[in-house]
Amino acid sequence: MLLVLGSGCGSNQSITSPVTDPAREIDTLWWAMFAVGMVIFGIVLGLLVLAYVRRRRATDHDRAERMSYAVILGGGMVAPVIVLAVLFAFVIRVMPAVSAPKPGATSLTVEVTGHQWYWEVRYPGTDAVTANEIHLPARTRVRIVARTADVIHSFWAPRLNRKIDMIPGRSNSIELDVPKVGTYRGQCSEFCGVGHAEMAFRVIVQPPDAFRTWLDHQAQPAETPSGGQALAGQQQFMSASCQDCHTIRGTPADGRVGPDLTHIGSRRTLAALTIPNTSRNLFQWITNPQWWKPGSRMPGFASLPVSARRALVAYLEGLH
Amino acid sequence: MAVESSAPAAVERIHRLDRIWAERPGLTGWITTTDHKRIGLLYLATSLAFFAAGGAEALVMRTQLAEPKEHVIGPATYDQLMTMHGVTMIFFFVIPLSIGAFGNYLVPLMIGARDMAFPRMNAFSYWLFLGSGVLVYTSLLLGMAPDAGWFDYVPLASRRFSPGLGIDFYALGLILNGISSTAAAANFLVTIAKLRAPGMSLNRMPLFCYAILATAFSLIFALPALTADLVFLELDRKLDFRFFDVAHGGDPLLWQHLFWIFGHPEVYIIVLPAFGIATSIIPTFTRRMMAAFPLVAVAELLVAFIGFGVWVHHMFATGLPQMTMVFFAAASLIIVIPSGIQIFAWCMTLVTGQPEFKTPLLFIVGFIVFFVFGGLSGITLAAVPFDQQVTDTYYVVAHFHYVIWGAAVFPLLGGLYYWFPKVTGRMYHERIGQLTFWLVFAGTNLTFFPMHISGMDGMPRRVWTYPSGLGWGLTNLLSTIGAFLLAGGLVALLVNLVVSAYRGAPAGPNPYGGATLEWATTSPPPPYNFAVIPQVTSAYASWDEDDRASDRRRLEHGDLVLEEGHRTTASTPVDGHLDGVLHMPSESPWPFVLGVVATLGTAFVLTDHYLIAALTAALAAGVLTLWHAKEPAEA
Repeated sequence: MLLVLGSGCGSNQSITSPVTDPAREIDTLWWAMFAVGMVIFGIVLGLLVLAYVRRRRATDHDRAERMSYAVILGGGMVAPVIVLAVLFAFVIRVMPAVSAPKPGATSLTVEVTGHQWYWEVRYPGTDAVTANEIHLPARTRVRIVARTADVIHSFWAPRLNRKIDMIPGRSNSIELDVPKVGTYRGQCSEFCGVGHAEMAFRVIVQPPDAFRTWLDHQAQPAETPSGGQALAGQQQFMSASCQDCHTIRGTPADGRVGPDLTHIGSRRTLAALTIPNTSRNLFQWITNPQWWKPGSRMPGFASLPVSARRALVAYLEGLH
Repeated sequence: MAVESSAPAAVERIHRLDRIWAERPGLTGWITTTDHKRIGLLYLATSLAFFAAGGAEALVMRTQLAEPKEHVIGPATYDQLMTMHGVTMIFFFVIPLSIGAFGNYLVPLMIGARDMAFPRMNAFSYWLFLGSGVLVYTSLLLGMAPDAGWFDYVPLASRRFSPGLGIDFYALGLILNGISSTAAAANFLVTIAKLRAPGMSLNRMPLFCYAILATAFSLIFALPALTADLVFLELDRKLDFRFFDVAHGGDPLLWQHLFWIFGHPEVYIIVLPAFGIATSIIPTFTRRMMAAFPLVAVAELLVAFIGFGVWVHHMFATGLPQMTMVFFAAASLIIVIPSGIQIFAWCMTLVTGQPEFKTPLLFIVGFIVFFVFGGLSGITLAAVPFDQQVTDTYYVVAHFHYVIWGAAVFPLLGGLYYWFPKVTGRMYHERIGQLTFWLVFAGTNLTFFPMHISGMDGMPRRVWTYPSGLGWGLTNLLSTIGAFLLAGGLVALLVNLVVSAYRGAPAGPNPYGGATLEWATTSPPPPYNFAVIPQVTSAYASWDEDDRASDRRRLEHGDLVLEEGHRTTASTPVDGHLDGVLHMPSESPWPFVLGVVATLGTAFVLTDHYLIAALTAALAAGVLTLWHAKEPAEA
């Protein structure tokens, strides 16, 4: 069984392959509970086997009752009190490591807002807004402020920390301090409606310098295409209903229903990690998003001529 | 007839009882019945039908999840099935089976009474339960089933995010269901307190009745929280109230608190009758009394009580204050102790007795294994930081299926076998019985064990699909195979029981040498249960030869035969001294009519026909008047 449980290591959303201190403390707590739990389970199985082995042997009534009381009081009261007290102390010790960071303890704040069904990511103090791909600097204490724009969602990147619910009217926070550069997967873990399964995100941890460069770029408004198909695409974007739902900073498009697309070309995935961000996928997504992500709030634009959709793809791809 | 006796006086008395307690024959008899045994059988058949529906929903979901990115069904259908599966298994299968079927059939028999304290209210509980189930399932047939999960969190369940009628079916259906359960619970409390045979003081009452007593108390105190929650929700949805709307000073966490104030005691409501069944079956097959009887009785009541102080462990990820979480973590750990006492009491009874591993006992052994395993994974969920990692993942799905499938339903399956001869008068097939146990046991483990791993690998709950490349494919495939194995085992179990009901060997009154009073009467028992109200001077009544011999003599002398009408004895709640003779109402069509009227009224509220709903309420008042009208004189 250990082997089977261990086989999860390496999966990019596994609780048992932690990369930060809080996730590691929880992992240690788990394995400690697992070990003690297996011993207790073994004891009970042992008693059942003993019952089977002794099934034909009668025990004198008084002796049986004495033995029973001894085991029931020892195994059902004394031992649990000790084990549970130790566990309780362990829990109290780990809790601060996974609780909301104290004011002033962190050096960067990122606001993540859950939407049906994507993640809006803002970096307060800058104009940068992105979606589903959360860039963070390595070795930096970051406060994630978790809110929702609609129903309850839950922000959860298991290798980095516990989950935290996003609840209307509340703002919760957790700390992410990732020592290693890399990409870590996370996913909504509170049922939030028909798109719940396709509401994933990535935490992309970069060296602090690279992160700073990235953030400066993301804070910039979108560049106006110099011409050709991309320019036609921009006109298409502004004249079709795209701009009602999406914002592209630096253009008249300021919709707030779908993700901010100012730098969509620099993202690696579409539709909260549902598909890789390629020209082909982007074209198909615009044509029929329901095929990829049933229930998505995005309507299909199969009614637009192919050339118009190609132009839109050219425009959006250019938004680096 | 309760007691074998060929003395002419006894035979004549038994004939008189047969005449007095006879009910209408045929289908009408089932509709007008107030016999707790027939009502129990109605609960049994209905809850098993709902179980088949809930199981079919599970199999469709497991098929969809067998591999990454499958497209057997889409998310809209999946979400409806997921919600219906949870609602069905909890409200329309386990509770009606354990309390409705087992409780109803067995409690009056075990305490030596002739019926429940309020026979017509008992029938009404059943008809209302059936009405609520039909109402909720209508939504599935119309393709508009509730789809916000059985936990139905707002604001997802609010009108803004769930505009259809699905959530209204859920809320109004469960309000009806709650009324039914409350009436049933009150009935059990009074029955157990007042109708025990003279001499059955509390310390001589069977542990099964303790379990039902604890369950009934829990239901009475837990259901109001859910009912209030559902009423708030419907007021929000239908009449624009703002209980859960942040923009107007409401709070979505209010829903969660009220839901889990009900929802966690609910787990014990589900599992306590199972404890009771375990403590009935173990002494019979070990030929030994339950070890530490008083400790076990107190533990059963304690579990029900502490169960009210642990609900916040369902909400550890909502960002509550640390102190709150520490308190509820402590309570969630403490509840382990009364459970531990019971586990070791069962084990030690097996160790120090001479267990004969017949089918019913095998299911109890399976239950102990699942309960310990699910209990241990439950303890890990009281450990706040770990819970905050795994809550809302498949780890939790695995945990609670070990508890409410493995631990709560296994004893019910064992109980089906155990009391089968009592109910049908025939024996089930023992070897096929053991085979079905192993199939169901293996299927359960294969279905639910891999879910722990899926969850530890980061798979969230309530997803209709999942991507490949995260390592979730193998464990999900195993779970799906297990689910079909489990379903196969259950079908085999059902076939065994159905065939045995016609072909089984005659069982006689007490085929296993059972210890409780239901074994002192014939199989199946007559409508009046016992020809003479049994004498009780010890805790294991059917093992007391002197008392049973005394019953035979008392039947001949006409002592507490109560052959003048629908009568049973009342006794004092604690000491069980004879306190009087009660007149029991006879069969009646009005509980059924009231159940139909109440269900129709609810359907009118659901479809916004408030005027017609009000008229239906007036009609219900009329039915209640007829219900209480004077009965024709009895034979």
